[in-house]
Amino acid sequence: MRYAMAIDTKKCVGCSDCVVACQTENHVPIGYCRDWVVEVMDGTYPQLEMEIRSERCNQCGNAPCVRCCPTGASHFEEGGLVLVTADKCIGCGACIQSCPYDARYSHPDGHVDKCTFCNHRVEVGGKPACVEACPTKCMYFGDLDDPGSDVSKVLKTRKSKTLIPEAGTEPYLYFLI
Amino acid sequence: MASRRDFLRVSAFGIGGMFVAAAGLKLQASISDLNERSDKLYLNLIKTPTYCEVCFWKCAGWVYKTDEGEIWKIVGNEIDQHCNGRFCPRGTGGVGMYHDEARLKTPLIRTGERGEQKFRKASWEEALDMVAKNLQNIADKHGPETIALLSHGSGGKYFTNLIKALGSDSSAAPSFSQCKGPREIAFLNTFGEEVLSPERTDIRDTRCMVLIGAHIGENMHNGQVQEMSDAIDKGASIITVDPRFSVVAGKSKFWLPVKPATDIALLLAWIHVIIYENQYDAGYVEKYTYGFDYLKQHVKNFTPEWAYGITTIKPGTIRETAREMANASPAVIIHPGRHVTWYGDDTQRLRAVAILNALLGSWGRRGGFYQPESMPVPSAPHPPYPKPRKTWRDALNGKFNMTELPLASEFVEASLPDSDRDLQYKAWIVNGTNLIFTLPDQQKTIDALKNLEFVAVVDTMPMEITAWADVILPECTYLERYDSIRNSPHRLPSIAVRIPAVDPKYDTRSAWWMAREIGLRMGLDDYFPFETQEEELDWQLKELGTSLEEMTRKGVKNFERSWDDLYIAKGQEMEFFTNTGKIELYSTSMAAAGFDPLPVYTKHELPPAGFYRLNYGRAPMHTFSRTSNNPNLTDLMAENTLWVNPKISKIEGIENDQYVWLENSKGIISTFPIKVRVTERIRWDSVYMVHGFGHQNKMLERCFGKGASDTELMSIVHKDPVMGGTGMRGNFVRIHIEKPQEELS
Repeated sequence: MRYAMAIDTKKCVGCSDCVVACQTENHVPIGYCRDWVVEVMDGTYPQLEMEIRSERCNQCGNAPCVRCCPTGASHFEEGGLVLVTADKCIGCGACIQSCPYDARYSHPDGHVDKCTFCNHRVEVGGKPACVEACPTKCMYFGDLDDPGSDVSKVLKTRKSKTLIPEAGTEPYLYFLI
Repeated sequence: MASRRDFLRVSAFGIGGMFVAAAGLKLQASISDLNERSDKLYLNLIKTPTYCEVCFWKCAGWVYKTDEGEIWKIVGNEIDQHCNGRFCPRGTGGVGMYHDEARLKTPLIRTGERGEQKFRKASWEEALDMVAKNLQNIADKHGPETIALLSHGSGGKYFTNLIKALGSDSSAAPSFSQCKGPREIAFLNTFGEEVLSPERTDIRDTRCMVLIGAHIGENMHNGQVQEMSDAIDKGASIITVDPRFSVVAGKSKFWLPVKPATDIALLLAWIHVIIYENQYDAGYVEKYTYGFDYLKQHVKNFTPEWAYGITTIKPGTIRETAREMANASPAVIIHPGRHVTWYGDDTQRLRAVAILNALLGSWGRRGGFYQPESMPVPSAPHPPYPKPRKTWRDALNGKFNMTELPLASEFVEASLPDSDRDLQYKAWIVNGTNLIFTLPDQQKTIDALKNLEFVAVVDTMPMEITAWADVILPECTYLERYDSIRNSPHRLPSIAVRIPAVDPKYDTRSAWWMAREIGLRMGLDDYFPFETQEEELDWQLKELGTSLEEMTRKGVKNFERSWDDLYIAKGQEMEFFTNTGKIELYSTSMAAAGFDPLPVYTKHELPPAGFYRLNYGRAPMHTFSRTSNNPNLTDLMAENTLWVNPKISKIEGIENDQYVWLENSKGIISTFPIKVRVTERIRWDSVYMVHGFGHQNKMLERCFGKGASDTELMSIVHKDPVMGGTGMRGNFVRIHIEKPQEELS
């Protein structure tokens, strides 16, 4: 089992519903976020191109955050999920420094926090809150080992990319382009 | 069975109320898989149905609470046609409306001058007595018709009932004269029907959609955004006409960076190409339309070459995009937009939009415009309303005869000290609309507010308008109250309910309760027959063959259509509700009223040297000025920015993130500075900002002084002579690095 997410940049309108859906679902304190929206512009008026991406933890296969964590708080779980055990985290912030995607933040409760692919929902057959909330249905989630999953199907038919592949982190967050 | 004409008459402008027998209504859809799964996921939680009040789209959803009984999150109701189980950021962030600690907490009575913001706390008894006494005095002294209601949202219905029972029909919403009015009047005078809300655009099945200044995606009209995404998935092409590179421009096959205020020239050139290249739907035009020959003659000289000189859009692009639309016909939508009060000839521009749709045969066709249906909901029985001695039309002094609804901006005119209107207003009840940030020409609104004998404001939040109230009545949020049944028109007729998820926080009450309490104090008991809204809803729902108990479990109920198909069948005989019974390319009503029966291009004023056109729009995470203090939504966007082209930033010597002040051509200076955003996404002749920021009420702790208010810079208003819409895009601003000194006067 290998969980992954694909986000269609052709459909995303950058509304940030994924951000607020995550914040309410996961009780993320106001002022912090586990996912965010990036707008990339290219060209000069009126020859312009724009890409909008909803970004979050890449749930890397080769995760620098797990490697550098001194207490084992950052760890792999079933399905390749990278999670943080809050009780084990001493808040040293090494993982925050090591993440090339800037996907982690220090929670005011003293531990590091980040996207979990809504593990608590996925475990009982649901989808991450952002995926279910997105008004444009631009996010696809599922098990890459299952060829019938939403994410497997869409990655088969559409061109995609990952972010900073040169970092060698084996990211599992794909962007459809 | 009622006829289609009856249905349309009832549903026109949404204020329905006709009763139909409940027999024969069938439940269409069952609760979805998702809702069942959600039940399994959150079995230990109570979920309550609601429909959203953060914007006018009114998506139905579920409110979930934590074990402690606190509101946790809001998600969409899967069977709701407005949202298909998916809320937008504002709906998801609606929890912030409940949690916002800046909310109005208790009734307040003014102690200083109007506008001074000096209030004392009052009991409900005292506040309601004061409202009733003042309204009664004014009714006795000047006549009840001098009492006006300005509202936006669910509470409007209850206060409309109150003022109608008193003998006034002056109930206006800025959503007409400041927003979609020109569109509705233009379509009414072309197709005999309005576009309605949610718009009847069949985006999910369209093959080509044309957006003119409409920025779907940035305006989060949920259902439309969803369908646009579906259409993109299915390979539909989008043509965006916008001087700004909007989000949807970035998803479009064609982006036409039109010179501002020249849209009608482009539309006329498109009509020219489609007619003279024989690209129109000839069978449809012949069978259903009136005035084709007049139109053909009218647009003869409006060639793409003619339009190029006006719009700066190349003739080849105009032809190519016209063909793109024609190739998709009839599955093509020239989108009528929503906020369309721009330059004062807006009804004519929207007529051109309507005509283009008619030529391409998209009205009533799959992928064009569907035929919506709404569920008639019975009104609580009450005696007939007294006939008003003067009506809202008497406040127009013979102007704007083609409007079908009262005009909020003209209520202001008829409330000014020197008003010569046949009907002059003496009291306002304001509910859910921050008029200071809604109506252009702020000074006029303030002059009217100063002149009124009584002002009562009902809102959940302190706003600029609450500063002008004599009495403030704090409303509980939509998460804490019942409200009337939502029966907006859609593909299937449907109903949705709003059930309180929690008890009202603070000493707040529902608008339904307030209107009734005021009514009882004025001896209008017969117009408020139910003691609680719960009882009223249960009675209404039972008349519709369901119950409050069932609807509390389901939230939404969709019914089968009872007349006409979603689309006009091939060869179907149709009578349109126009004078000729046809789709009027040539408008006989406009001709009779002395207006151009076919749209013409009028040249609009250009910005003077050193000034830029002030353009404005929406952000997906905010609704007007009402969400600016919402903790969840402010977290997504805390202030607006001033978009300027890099060329302009060089000329002005300004940089990204620098704060600047704006001054309009009438010398009005923005109260607060605004942060510069240097971006290629805007033309060099205009600047852009998101509407709704620059709040001036200090009680709004989070958003006070954040960003600039576009409304305060709108001193020039181009009124649409056809229906009185207030064109707001003819304002020009210049940029100041230091705050300019106000001239002493």
